[in-house]
Amino acid sequence: MIEPTTVSISSGLAERIRTHGMETYPHECCGALLGRDPDLGGGRKGPREVLDCLPLVNQREDSPNNRFSIAPLDVIEADRVAQARGMELIGWYHSHPDHPAKPSEYDRNHAWPWFSYIIVSVRAGVPEEMTSWRLNDDRSEYAQETVEIHSETAAQS
Amino acid sequence: MSVKVMIPTPLRPHTGGKAAAEFQAKTVAEALAHLTAQYADLKRHLFTEEGSLRSFVNVYVNGEDIRYLAQENTPTKDGDTIKIIPSIAGGSAARATTEHSPGRALRS
Repeated sequence: MIEPTTVSISSGLAERIRTHGMETYPHECCGALLGRDPDLGGGRKGPREVLDCLPLVNQREDSPNNRFSIAPLDVIEADRVAQARGMELIGWYHSHPDHPAKPSEYDRNHAWPWFSYIIVSVRAGVPEEMTSWRLNDDRSEYAQETVEIHSETAAQS
Repeated sequence: MSVKVMIPTPLRPHTGGKAAAEFQAKTVAEALAHLTAQYADLKRHLFTEEGSLRSFVNVYVNGEDIRYLAQENTPTKDGDTIKIIPSIAGGSAARATTEHSPGRALRS
């Protein structure tokens, strides 16, 4: 049985993701999640933690209302920024305009394991539910993870 | 010296946390074959069941995308660095307005 996972994010960063989805509506927004994960060593314990997010350009100009794509050079740059800040690239976010915040088959077919995939549903221009998912290692399905939203001051403890 | 293959973060749980592996290899295909022989769990994330590189797997040799070189037949030599870079893509359930695969356009 796969152990359930948690991704921790501040209310401020969660709001930035939601706002990005609102700004790009009716198109999908996308971006990188930077942070730390106990799997990556350093003796740190606790859940995976999002410490920053980088809004990126959706390359799917042909169908931006229901598809997103991040250019490999943007992936490389996001990783460079993460490393420069002493963080890791731990996942990605995107929005689902007028669709639930649930990964599609298309999402699954293009996903990488280990990353956290945060999805925010934006209905009629209003951000609604935000969820996070990790692809199972056999690629058969996603496991939903708990999104733990904390205040900015809690992040310093 | 040998060819260094850089492993992206999401695949490091399958390499015992290692960020790089080195092999003697004359081509990208040979290097990736050594990689998946040593770390068998990587195969399903890098290749389709038919043995093609997945469309969201980008491979660079010394900073150049192999799509613009000789694809997996791109020659490699000692001291070269191969980087595996994820393409990140997805979307909601509805069919795309104009569906196309975001990668592997040069593959026959």
